[in-house]
Amino acid sequence: MRHLARNLLSLTAGLIFGFGLALSGMLNPARVRGFLDIFGTWDPSLAFVLGGAVVISAIGYIISRRMESPVLDVAFHLPAKTSVDSHLVIGAATFGIGWGISGLCPGPAVASLSFGIPSTIAFTIAMVVGTFAHDRLFATGQPRQVLQ
Amino acid sequence: MQQTYLQSLTGGALIGLSAAVLLIFNGRIAGVSGIVAGAIEHASPERLSRVLFLAGLICGPLIYRLCFDAWPQINVTTTTGLMLFGGLLVGFGTRLGSGCTSGHGVCGLARLSPRSLTAVVVFLCTGILTVFVMRRFGFT
Repeated sequence: MRHLARNLLSLTAGLIFGFGLALSGMLNPARVRGFLDIFGTWDPSLAFVLGGAVVISAIGYIISRRMESPVLDVAFHLPAKTSVDSHLVIGAATFGIGWGISGLCPGPAVASLSFGIPSTIAFTIAMVVGTFAHDRLFATGQPRQVLQ
Repeated sequence: MQQTYLQSLTGGALIGLSAAVLLIFNGRIAGVSGIVAGAIEHASPERLSRVLFLAGLICGPLIYRLCFDAWPQINVTTTTGLMLFGGLLVGFGTRLGSGCTSGHGVCGLARLSPRSLTAVVVFLCTGILTVFVMRRFGFT
């Protein structure tokens, strides 16, 4: 029963996320690249997306800290790692380059699949290939502790 | 212009709400790159819930279409070849760096995680630099 509730909640959270992305402008690669173009014709509007998201997400986190366990599970599944290492920095740098080239990050890439635009579908397929490539190269025998 | 900012803020708040709901109810981080990897790679009892999150993510813009009777605007400014290259870098980089804009940005910053703060600063810097270099050399 709890399992079903968790699944339904995931679906609902995904729907809210996808609707929010569509409303926010993050689905538009041209606007994302305009946001990153601080030395050119900078479009600061997307800073409001991250700002609004972090504030509400932080309220959720503060509420969760006062709970012993999540409503539908026995424990919170949060990343345990706290130290900054080379993987984190090199990975984030690589992601940023891909983000700057395309104007897409994983959330908008998946959400834009419903539009049926060939080049964003191509991006998403390449993203999955990159994901596989990493996990094959760095396979440790057990799933890595991940944040994302 | 004003409406654009308001829409961005409201859209962002909804993304934050999604992350908050997923954490409070399921105890999970709303990080899309990790959810994608978990959905396609690891056979686990939670796999279905990841697939359902992604299904919701894909269908979210359809609700926007129903509400506003228009598709959200999408303008791709790059060639398909560069989009493929960008996709590879995004897929590989988010896995190596344990997160993307949602996991490190929306969830990690909210938890004041030093790892996430580092990742966000780094990917914003390389993203900004990439756009600058591409514009400088006429790639846009």
